[in-house]
Amino acid sequence: MKNKRSRQGDASLAPNWFQRNKKVLALLTMVSPTAIWLLLLRYLPIGGIVLAFKSYKIFPRDPTFWNNLIHSKWVGLKNFEFIFKTDQALVAIRNTILYNIVFIILGAIIPVAFAIMMNEFTKKFVAKAYQTMMFFPYFLSWVVVSYFLNAFIDAQYGVLPAAQAAAGKDVISWYTTTKPWPLIIIFANLWKNVGYSTVLYLAAITGIDASQYEAAAIDGASKWQQIRYVTLPHLRTMISILLILNVGKIFAADFGLFYNVPMQSGALFPVTQVIDTYIYRVFITTGNISQSSAAGLLQNVIGFVCIMLANAVVKRIDPESTLF
Amino acid sequence: MRKNHRLNQISVGTETIFHVIVGLFSICCIIPFIFVIVISFTAESSIREIGYSFIPRAWSTGTYTYAIQRLPQIWRSYFNSILITVIGTALSTLMCALYSYALFRPDFKYRGFFTFFSFFTMIFGGGLVPTYVICTQVLGLRENYAALIVPLLVSPFNIIIMRTFFKSSVPLELIEAATIDGSGEYSTFFMVVLPIAKPGLATIALLNALAYWNDWYLSLLYIKQNKVLQPLQALLMELQNNVEYLNRMSAALGSSAIQEAMRAPTQTLRMVLVVLIVIPIACAYPFFQRYIVSGLTIGSVKG
Repeated sequence: MKNKRSRQGDASLAPNWFQRNKKVLALLTMVSPTAIWLLLLRYLPIGGIVLAFKSYKIFPRDPTFWNNLIHSKWVGLKNFEFIFKTDQALVAIRNTILYNIVFIILGAIIPVAFAIMMNEFTKKFVAKAYQTMMFFPYFLSWVVVSYFLNAFIDAQYGVLPAAQAAAGKDVISWYTTTKPWPLIIIFANLWKNVGYSTVLYLAAITGIDASQYEAAAIDGASKWQQIRYVTLPHLRTMISILLILNVGKIFAADFGLFYNVPMQSGALFPVTQVIDTYIYRVFITTGNISQSSAAGLLQNVIGFVCIMLANAVVKRIDPESTLF
Repeated sequence: MRKNHRLNQISVGTETIFHVIVGLFSICCIIPFIFVIVISFTAESSIREIGYSFIPRAWSTGTYTYAIQRLPQIWRSYFNSILITVIGTALSTLMCALYSYALFRPDFKYRGFFTFFSFFTMIFGGGLVPTYVICTQVLGLRENYAALIVPLLVSPFNIIIMRTFFKSSVPLELIEAATIDGSGEYSTFFMVVLPIAKPGLATIALLNALAYWNDWYLSLLYIKQNKVLQPLQALLMELQNNVEYLNRMSAALGSSAIQEAMRAPTQTLRMVLVVLIVIPIACAYPFFQRYIVSGLTIGSVKG
């Protein structure tokens, strides 16, 4: 009797399991919506990678996804063979890597140069106006950009074909001629993204202590020497981190750019097909879930290795700035 | 000091060259938009005669009236875009704030695990096709609004930005004080933490709104039959190879006079759609500039 009462007393005084863990439980409910989302929309598809090693067939008796998956035969690496059978995949890989190399190099040089130039403008409101204008394309979708371009090169009504005709030159059919497209793609990508990077670099430059420039000037450093020995060293970490991270993403392409800007023109595939659009088109045209999964898996594994390598390199240069 | 500052300048000649380079590029960035606005107000007859031009022979608002009066699908798509953007932004911003807040709390036991849990998805994933198969066949995300909202709800990048925001703006002592005063975790979060982190929330909300407003990819994947659900961007994309698409869609929606629809101003119509899509972005642009610049500069400094 006495014993029981004292236990009751303990229970009312000492907090129970829920009360003791109130804080961590509350925090767990906070993470749960996003955590469940990640589980279903990111981790479950990672499990779906088994598709790449099976020959996915509809199970006729009860065709739910799980039944189809379980009853499909394991085929090992057979799904990967098609990738190397035609040169389409190789063309897509070549295009992805070449475009990315150009994007990485120009995407570092041009914004840094713009930011340095804009920082020197005596009239700050002019710099502000330029910044406002060049940041604008970053907020548009590639679909919209494809029409911006179309206004200039449309076969029937575009400005450039009209100008070519007026000058008495041969009119190029822009959406079927491959030659100008590498330049168009590179320009479109710079057009959309340079403003954004410029704004970030400019913010970094304005953050540099002005007394450093004054000290350099007093020591007789010219403006160019100040850029060389004060500005660039300050940006060095930021530039190298972005460079290396982009190298880590060298096997991934901006689907929207390569899918929309050429307006899905088949004649342009030799110069506009990249890995991402290739996988999408294999999937859409053949409907072969297993083979397109295999191609995607190959891309993701190589991409993963690249990011890990890039991160290891950053760790050596500047341990503070690693991605993880 | 002032004099010294004036002395420490590049020469006038160099500055002029800089102005030409940066200025030309800047103008390049907005000229296409102005051009598209001009085209959208150009009379169809002028386009047939001289093509797209900065100085059309005749102006007309005919395409706008045609689009507004005769093409109900445009209204429907505008409604879809707004609905998706509003619901998507509200949900994704709330989810991001809750998740990043827990990751920011140093006394959260499973902090390391959940940080890795979101971060890992940035460097490895199932890829397009497994994701597509899981979404459509297991999660039922096809031919409905959920398919246009759910797949964009979480962005690990935004979680990193938001967590950095909390770190830089919310003092831990404040949370401790609130807890000592008897405030529960949720009331601390909503009443104490969120008001301080408002600029961060604004950044995340704007990034999310932009992602939803500009999205065409989800409807490319998940809306194949039920095309009335298409947002504006997807509608515009269908017109890339098929200028008659919109007229047919609207005829299917019950618009009168299919024959009249066939005589529709198809060329300018696409540009009208572009303008309708970009106008809200242009209007919100001052906010974007203000919050996204500060947000991304803070977020890019890894916390």
